[in-house]
Amino acid sequence: MGTQFWIVQAFNGVSYGALLFLVGAGLSLIFGVMRIVNLSHGSYFLLGGYVALSVIGTTGSWLLSIPIAALTIAVVGLIMERLFLRPEGRAKLVRDAVIALGIALVIRLLIGPVLPRLLPGQIGTIIQVTLVVIVLAIPVFLILQRISAVAIEADVLRQVLMTVGFAFLFQQAALDIWGGNNFDIQPPGALTQSLVIGGIYLPIYRLFMIVGALVIGIVLWLAMEKTRMGAAVRATVDDAQMARGVGIDTNKISMLIFALGAGMAALGGVIGGAFLGVYPGLDFEMLPIAFAVVIIGGMGSLGGAAIGALLVGLADNFGKALFPELAYFTLYAPMVLILAIKPTGLFGRD
Amino acid sequence: MGTQNFKIAAVIVSLLALLIVIPYCNSFVVLLATRAMVFAILAMSLDILLGFTGLASLGQAAYFGVGAYLTAILANNYGFGLKWDFWLMIPIGMAVGGVLAAFFGLFAIRATGTYFLMITLALGQCVWGLAYRWNSMTGGDNGITMKGGRPQFGIDLSNDINFFYLTFAFFAATLLALYVLVRSPFGKSLLGIRERELRMRILGYNVWLHKYAAFIIAGAFGGLSGVLWAHANGIVTPETVVLTTSVDALLMTVLGGAGTLVGGAIGSAIVFGLREYVSTLVPWWQYVLGGVYVLTILYLPTGLMGIPERIKQWRTSPKKRETTKMASAPS
Repeated sequence: MGTQFWIVQAFNGVSYGALLFLVGAGLSLIFGVMRIVNLSHGSYFLLGGYVALSVIGTTGSWLLSIPIAALTIAVVGLIMERLFLRPEGRAKLVRDAVIALGIALVIRLLIGPVLPRLLPGQIGTIIQVTLVVIVLAIPVFLILQRISAVAIEADVLRQVLMTVGFAFLFQQAALDIWGGNNFDIQPPGALTQSLVIGGIYLPIYRLFMIVGALVIGIVLWLAMEKTRMGAAVRATVDDAQMARGVGIDTNKISMLIFALGAGMAALGGVIGGAFLGVYPGLDFEMLPIAFAVVIIGGMGSLGGAAIGALLVGLADNFGKALFPELAYFTLYAPMVLILAIKPTGLFGRD
Repeated sequence: MGTQNFKIAAVIVSLLALLIVIPYCNSFVVLLATRAMVFAILAMSLDILLGFTGLASLGQAAYFGVGAYLTAILANNYGFGLKWDFWLMIPIGMAVGGVLAAFFGLFAIRATGTYFLMITLALGQCVWGLAYRWNSMTGGDNGITMKGGRPQFGIDLSNDINFFYLTFAFFAATLLALYVLVRSPFGKSLLGIRERELRMRILGYNVWLHKYAAFIIAGAFGGLSGVLWAHANGIVTPETVVLTTSVDALLMTVLGGAGTLVGGAIGSAIVFGLREYVSTLVPWWQYVLGGVYVLTILYLPTGLMGIPERIKQWRTSPKKRETTKMASAPS
């Protein structure tokens, strides 16, 4: 084990940390602003990779797939937050309508085999299914209106479980759309080469990851520190009630941060897809690692997420290289210790 | 109290019905019911924390996994627990679960709310990490196959129906033991902590110790379910300790109704029914499962066991609902 080993491992650890920063920063901000432990964050990572695969499949452009995947998943996160986690006013009606349509679709799938085909052709089938679903959804919607959902805003556990429910839904949706195979995202040729410095091969792709995460991190940091919006976000993290009191629209902030977090996780999914792959189950593999990042760094702090990501990335790489049998233990045991000693993380504030 | 007695009677009748029906079911259903029973024990152990003490744990699979791995390792390496000594394996499994919980509790109990959720998640992941990577001990990703089969002591447990009855007996014993526990003065103090921790502290209760004891008890029964799981499943893999197993246990408890004990059993039956049975019929079963979770959380905060109460509430106070609706409407 010469210096070369240490340099290569450290480099790999830092580049993995760069990826983890993308996933962890969003999760950390979401927690800070909404106090929600978002268990569907891993799903955003996975879905981001899948959307990118589809974009690359149709357009052939890897570069284009990054913003499209991030935006798509940001919208998914936004819808989830607006309709299910923090529904306000009319959004509740939309949510009930969505649920009613979902239930109606399940009923339609169940009774499908016994329904007669009334309209010919494929388009006819689609029209018929749509009509049946809508007709079924109306009574379901009316029933839902009568039993009225119980507000979940005040209950952390129920919000958490809601995000798990969505993680399962996303998992199945991904399986249905993209199948159960393992995929790899192929970055453009220029990024797949290696740089040779002093006899050490450094893959350009990993350098790209580090630079990319740095740029995003700096932009985010500037936005958080220098803009009015960023100040409002920080105020919400510190004390949401007080922030509301001084006229900050915390509702809008939570929406924005949730979308941003989901988009960043998806970005991580695209970039990480090149060396982690994209496969069913990746969502729940990534999730606890992202939590380790957030916990070690401190929830709700951008700088904390960066340090946490770096530490976890290094701990993961050196753990696997030096103590292969204890690899994940070396990752989660520090997380336990930090939670026990300083629950707010290394850089979190009370 | 009338409703309480009625509920107890309903539970006993439905369990007896299950006992009578099972021998006539095909082997797939028997195995499914056995697994659901094992998970019901796990969910009930978690309910002691979640429903009765107000601690939402995301790491209950740790005790389940430790019980299962210990059973598999002792059976494969030392031939222990495959004859009469199976009856020793049960207290050993519970002790290991309890001891692990006693250790983990030192870290976890101080935390509350979200931090408790996170620290139990981290502790669970520590155990998973060891199970997944400690190849020489746990067989890594492949896990450990129980080479010796199920224990033999006069009764042939390799017969799935016999094994179901054994599991059922443990399930019933756990239900009874935990029921006695939550009805005891100790259980009442736990409820007090769940409802108003500060008041209990002011009244002079040692809140930390109560939570710690509940944590250990939950760990012990988690260990018990692990021992049974190793024999029910025949193979122990890192899947038993993975985060989703903890999440499953949590969801089962909430789905059935936290703070009801039997709720965990109902939740377990539904989850296994959907996951293992419906999945053989339709490929999109997981939409149903995810949908059930989302709907339960939105419309049935007290779980399926809370439906009667919800209906009563809905019928008696339509006016109150109107006012809450108006209050939540945008101004």
